[in-house]
Amino acid sequence: MCRTETNAELNAGRSDMETAGTLRDGPETPPVPAPPDHAAETMRLQIESRSRNEEFARVVVAAFASRLDPTLMEIDDLKTAVSEAVTNAVIHGYGGGDGIIYIEASVCGRELTVTVRDTGVGIPDIPKAMEPMFTTDRTGERSGMGFAFMEAFMDQVEVRSEIGRGTAVTMKKQMGG
Amino acid sequence: MCAKFGREKKIMGEISFLYEARGQVLVIHLPKEFDHHNSRDLRYETDLLLSENYVRRMVFDFSRTVFMDSTGIGILLNRYKQMQRSGGSAAIYGANAQIRRVLAVGGVTKLMPQYASKEAALLG
Repeated sequence: MCRTETNAELNAGRSDMETAGTLRDGPETPPVPAPPDHAAETMRLQIESRSRNEEFARVVVAAFASRLDPTLMEIDDLKTAVSEAVTNAVIHGYGGGDGIIYIEASVCGRELTVTVRDTGVGIPDIPKAMEPMFTTDRTGERSGMGFAFMEAFMDQVEVRSEIGRGTAVTMKKQMGG
Repeated sequence: MCAKFGREKKIMGEISFLYEARGQVLVIHLPKEFDHHNSRDLRYETDLLLSENYVRRMVFDFSRTVFMDSTGIGILLNRYKQMQRSGGSAAIYGANAQIRRVLAVGGVTKLMPQYASKEAALLG
């Protein structure tokens, strides 16, 4: 088991956020110290909420994940899922306006965990937002498949959100090996 | 008759869309990274082209495209519906394995036929 100081800190900052979906955080007890060679490797990235940064974000996370020696298909899947989450933050979280998107990724064994978080408007109804084809967009250009894509291309997807406080999407995927 | 028109844009060193008219067929050469950022103007530009030209068939060229997410799916589905409404058709060519996977997950595979070559896609 890996040390997960990243998740602990993340949770400390927004312990009051609602939790939805099937995935829960690990035990509330402090993580058991693990041998150094099993320590979770972590990276953090802060980017401005701009569409230009969507490609940058997915490429950085893919480069970080390359230490797991993933297949090309796994890397492509990861890039698609990260792109969905970052695009959601840009379009919906911050409504195209200014904001910071926080991306954290860690590896533990063969599992990659990536969290994309914004401090934007939040999602009023998470199950509704995660329904395939549901979108708040009125231009007809958005497919409403962002969350469906994240779930299709990753092993697990967890969404936490609070109105006016923001949204955090945590995704996990077994890669390589 | 063959004409190339529309705006060429350089995004991260890559030329984005290039629209090409082949008679009543509009060919849209999609960008390398077909995401939200690189497709912001596609709706406006294709609407303009459709209003100014008689387009019976819309053909999407994926031969340069290495990445697509659900933004691309939304755009394809909307263009498909536009063509359906006007009695026209839409097709895809040049999609690599990953793009074909994304098209399948997005439900586009059932709606728009895929071709290996541009010539085949133009003929339908």
